Amino acid sequence: MTNISDLVTRAGGVFLLPVAVAIVAFFLIGVPSSWLTLTIAGLAMGMMIFLMASGLSLVFGLMDVLNFGHSAFVSFGAFVAASVLAWLSGWLGSPSVILNSLALILAIAAAVVFGLGAGWFFERVIVKPVYHDHLRQILITMGALIVAEQMILAIWGGAPVSVPRPHFLEGSIIIGDASVEIYRIFAFCLGAAVYVALHVLLNRTRIGLLIRAGVENREMVEALGFRIDRLFIGVFMLGSGLAAMGGAMWAGYETLITPALGAEMMIIVFIVVIIGGLGSIQGTLLGAIMVGLFANYVGFLAPKMALASNMILMMVILLWRPSGLAPAVK
Amino acid sequence: MSLLSLKQMKTDIGQYHVLHDVTLELPEGGVFVLLGRNGAGKTTTLRSIMGLWQPSPGSVTFRGQDIAGMHTSDIARLGIAYVPENMGIFGGLTVEENLVLATKAGKFDQTRLNRIYELFPAMEKFWTKQAWSLSGGQKQMLAVSRAIIEPRDLILIDEPTKGLAPSIIHAMGEAFREISVDTTILLVEQNFNFAKSLGRDMAVIDDGRVVHAGTMTDFIANQELQDSLLGLSA
Ligand SMILES: Nc1ncnc2c1ncn2[C@@H]1O[C@H](COP(=O)(O)OP(=O)(O)O)[C@@H](O)[C@H]1O
Ligand SMILES: [Mg+2]
Repeated sequence: MTNISDLVTRAGGVFLLPVAVAIVAFFLIGVPSSWLTLTIAGLAMGMMIFLMASGLSLVFGLMDVLNFGHSAFVSFGAFVAASVLAWLSGWLGSPSVILNSLALILAIAAAVVFGLGAGWFFERVIVKPVYHDHLRQILITMGALIVAEQMILAIWGGAPVSVPRPHFLEGSIIIGDASVEIYRIFAFCLGAAVYVALHVLLNRTRIGLLIRAGVENREMVEALGFRIDRLFIGVFMLGSGLAAMGGAMWAGYETLITPALGAEMMIIVFIVVIIGGLGSIQGTLLGAIMVGLFANYVGFLAPKMALASNMILMMVILLWRPSGLAPAVK
Repeated sequence: MSLLSLKQMKTDIGQYHVLHDVTLELPEGGVFVLLGRNGAGKTTTLRSIMGLWQPSPGSVTFRGQDIAGMHTSDIARLGIAYVPENMGIFGGLTVEENLVLATKAGKFDQTRLNRIYELFPAMEKFWTKQAWSLSGGQKQMLAVSRAIIEPRDLILIDEPTKGLAPSIIHAMGEAFREISVDTTILLVEQNFNFAKSLGRDMAVIDDGRVVHAGTMTDFIANQELQDSLLGLSA
C-alpha cells in the first residue's frame, strides 16, 4: 500500500508547498480573478526575491560566510538602474519597443556590472579578513550595510526616487476578469530564466560541480587539489551581480525607492534563505516563491498581518524542518 | 631517500598541543601502518601532512620538498590523496560526479577507470546513484576509488575498515595490496588484524608522539610490545 507521504514525496515533496498554499488561498479568497492577480504578483515578487537571495545562500553554503551586507547590492542595483533609466527616459517613453528594451537592458546591465565590481571589492576588503569568524562577519557586514545606505543617501539624497518604467512594460493584460501587470510577467520570466541558467551552471558544468561539492565539504574539495577561495570570490561576485539585478527589477516594480530599501530587503532575503535551506538554489527558489505568495495573499486577506506573515511562515517552517525546506546535503 | 619524512612534527589545534613529536620515515612503495589508541593523534597526523592543520615549520618533507605550511590544494597536487575517517564523500553528488571531480582534466582516463572496476566491481553498478544513498562499504569503495582516479604517489587513509562488514574489509585489503604495488599507502588503523596482513613498516603513536617504529614482522613477533602499546584490545 502506498501511503500519502510516499505519494507526496514522489510528486515533488516540499516543492508542492507553493501549490498547496495557492490552493488554500483560492478557497479563502473566493474570487478567482483576484486570486489570479495575487498569485501572479506573488510569483513575480518571489522571482525578484530569488534573484536577490540566491547569491547569499551559495555564499553561506560555500564558505560559511554570513553576509548581512548582501542587500547593499540590492539597494545599489536599484539606484544605479533608476539613474540609468532616468537618464534614458527619452528612450523609455518612445513607442519603439527596441529603444524601450535597449534602455531596460542597459539599466539592468549597469546594475549587474556595478554589483559584480562591488562584490569583488566587498569580498576582498570586508569579507576576506573575517573568514571563519561569524561574530566579526555579522558585525562588519552589518556595518557595511549601514555605510552603503549612507553612501546612497549622499549620492541620491533622502527623498524617494521615482523609477520610470519602459513604455512596453506599462499597463496590464486582462485574463478573464483578472488584470495582470505586464511588468510582473516580465519579472517572473527574467527570474525564471536566471534560475534555469544557474541550474545549468551548477549541474552541467565543472565549476558548478566544484561549487556543489564545496558547499557540502570545503576541506575535501581542497584535499582533491582545488582552491575554494578562488572559486568563492567568483561565486560572491555572481551573487552580488544577481542581487543587483534583483534590485534593478525591484526598483521598476515599486517605481519609488528610498535608501532604506537595503535594510528592508535584508530581512526578507534572510527569511527566504533560512526557509529554503542554506546552500541550495532550489531551496532558495522555493523559499522566495513561498514568501512572495504569502506576502500577497496575506496582504489581501488580512492586511494588518502582512508584515508579520513572513516571520510567522519562517517560524512554522523552522519548527517543522529546522534546517529549512530543501537545504544542500551537508 | 624516503618518500615522506616527518621530523619532530608538532601540531596545535587552537590552544591545544595535540602532536608533540611525530617522527616518521616513509619509504617508497607498500603499506605503512600507523597504529595507536583512540585519541593518540593519528588523524591529526594525517591532517597535518595534508595541510588541514598547521604542522610546525620544516617538519614535513615530501620527495625532498618542505611542504609544511603549503596550501592543502597544492599538497594534493604534488600527488598526495587523502581518504578521511568519515570518507569525505559528497552525498549530494552522484558516484560518477564524485569521481570526475577528482580528475585533473575533468574527464576519465579509461585505463584508470577499468582498474577501479577491477578493484571494486560494485562501483559500476551504482555509478549513477546519489552518493548519500550508498551503504558504508560502498562509500568507502568510492572514497578509495576517488583517491586513485589520478596517479598518486602517496595515499593517506584513515581507519577505512571502521564499521564495515568482514567481506568488505577483505575486499578492501585486497584493493590496498593491489594499489600499493605502485602507490605508497599510509594507513591508519585500529583493526590490528587487518593492518598486520598489509603493512611492511609500521609505527605506533601515543599521546602525540611516535613511541615505536619498525617492521611489521618484528612487531607481530613481540607480543609484549603489542600489549603495552596498543592495550589489551589489540
Ligand atoms: N578539532 C579539535 N579540537 C580540539 N582537539 C582536538 C581536535 N581534534 C582532535 N583533538 C584532540 O587531539 C587528540 C588526537 O586526536 P586524533 O588525532 O583525532 O586521534 P586519533 O585519530 O588517534 O583517534 C585527541 O585528544 C583529541 O581530543
Ligand atoms: Mg582518528
